[in-house]
Amino acid sequence: MSRTLYDLVGLAAGVAFILALKGLSHPKTARRGNLIGAFGATLATLVVFFYANPGSSLPLNNLGWILGAMVVGLAIGVPAARKVQMTQMPQLVALFNGVGGGAAALVAIVEYLHLGPKATTAEVIFTVFTVIVGCVSFSGSVITFLKLQELMTTRPVIFPAGRFIIAATLVSVLGVGVWVVSALGTTPLLVLAALSLLFGVLFVLPVGGADVPIVISLLNAFTGLTVAASGYVLDSVLLIIAGTLVGASGTILTRKMAEAMGRSLFGTLFGAFTAKPQDAAGSGEERPVRSGSPDDVAILLNYARRVVIVPGFGLAVAQAQHTVRELADMMIAKGIDVAYGIHPVAGRMPGHMNVLLAEANVPYEQLAEMDEVNPTFGQTDVAIVIGANDVVNPAAQTSPGCPIYGMPILEVNNAANIIFLKRSMRPGFAGIENELLYDPKTMLLFGDAKASLTKVVSALKAL
Amino acid sequence: MEPMAIVSIFVLAVFVGFEVVSKVSSTLHTPLMSGANAIHGVILVGAIIVADHSSTNLELGLAVAAIVLATINMVGGFVVTDRMLEMFKGNKK
Repeated sequence: MSRTLYDLVGLAAGVAFILALKGLSHPKTARRGNLIGAFGATLATLVVFFYANPGSSLPLNNLGWILGAMVVGLAIGVPAARKVQMTQMPQLVALFNGVGGGAAALVAIVEYLHLGPKATTAEVIFTVFTVIVGCVSFSGSVITFLKLQELMTTRPVIFPAGRFIIAATLVSVLGVGVWVVSALGTTPLLVLAALSLLFGVLFVLPVGGADVPIVISLLNAFTGLTVAASGYVLDSVLLIIAGTLVGASGTILTRKMAEAMGRSLFGTLFGAFTAKPQDAAGSGEERPVRSGSPDDVAILLNYARRVVIVPGFGLAVAQAQHTVRELADMMIAKGIDVAYGIHPVAGRMPGHMNVLLAEANVPYEQLAEMDEVNPTFGQTDVAIVIGANDVVNPAAQTSPGCPIYGMPILEVNNAANIIFLKRSMRPGFAGIENELLYDPKTMLLFGDAKASLTKVVSALKAL
Repeated sequence: MEPMAIVSIFVLAVFVGFEVVSKVSSTLHTPLMSGANAIHGVILVGAIIVADHSSTNLELGLAVAAIVLATINMVGGFVVTDRMLEMFKGNKK
């Protein structure tokens, strides 16, 4: 295959990626957009088997190894993507991003070993960039995975002199980077990779649970840039285009996510450096709360005119989407005005709750976005908060010191009655006390969201 | 390739990247991130290129590892994005 034809196919794949991102930005075209992207990626992968390197003979060297490795990748990636519970999808995306970053770093290392002293300074600089950013993306994504999977604490991990350690690591990463460029050895490159992996860990540890999606998005953009840099070293226009597209769109997306959560990007990434460890146990004293029975809840709902359901991650964990729909349908049948108030970051990622409720066939028109529903809480008789906490915490508006301060919330505190369905008094993902739980107009119904809802449904039926 | 050509491609791609996602609604943030994530899986192409010209066992071993990781990123990314978007379908009139 001639170089020109190869580059033309690469260009076609690049165009497919542009159309894919464009399509993914609109609900109607999103699925098609994703398929166009998959088509472009398949095209690019197929054509490289006919022209990998200038003058390379066909079939490719090491073809057996290449195909075998792809089969292994397919055997891991496809079942993982198929079987994952929708509640666990954010951490899977983080993991996929991490392995992409790792792959880019490995490609850069192999090319560096291959070129040896023949490498130009520009090539070495791009290699160093790819190794640093690829490794940071890999280890950082692994930490976000552990946080989302709750295999480690979701609170910011802050250690004494943490910011000095992080700064020192960054300086040594850059120092070793310069060493690689000037000395051109294998050892410095491996030291660079190891230090970059360490930096990735240190960089993500201080980030609080609620901010993790922003970090995933940022690391995603980083990985895109490493792919673009690899494209330069490997002389592949396709990789430059694809990597740059992801880097640029990922940056915009990260900023939009941060805006949706009312955070500044800078504050998210570096706020934890300066944050004081919060008093973990709160005041420690037992404060009175008003807890109710499923019958109390059913009576309250029966005489309401307007009810807003605020679903959170706890609802998804309990797989209670279907039960909540049953409850909503029953209330609608009684002539009650029912809406779901969806916080933009309900769940673990922007838009995550919409995916989960769509899975339970909740009619799209009942889902109200935060800006629509907030002004209506004043006329709402009952707000039912199911497995959510941080997204309704008034501390975000009232206490400037707290980690979620400034995040827009669903103002359920304006409703006449508030019902919280919770497993326990444990604070939410961000690890902050919610004053609303102690409010006199709040009633708590403890237990698994699905079990509680089922009881409320039968109590409401009996009325 | 000409350095100027590369810089031009890079700068234009940055602006296209900014432009195509500038109007996305928050509902689609997660699928869009996941789709973009799958697209950078094309590093698979780079991994195949370096596997082709690997001359030592170390190079080949690392290249094979890169192919495995990149394949997971690309294929898994597109599949999981499709699953997410599938759920949006059918709910709209």
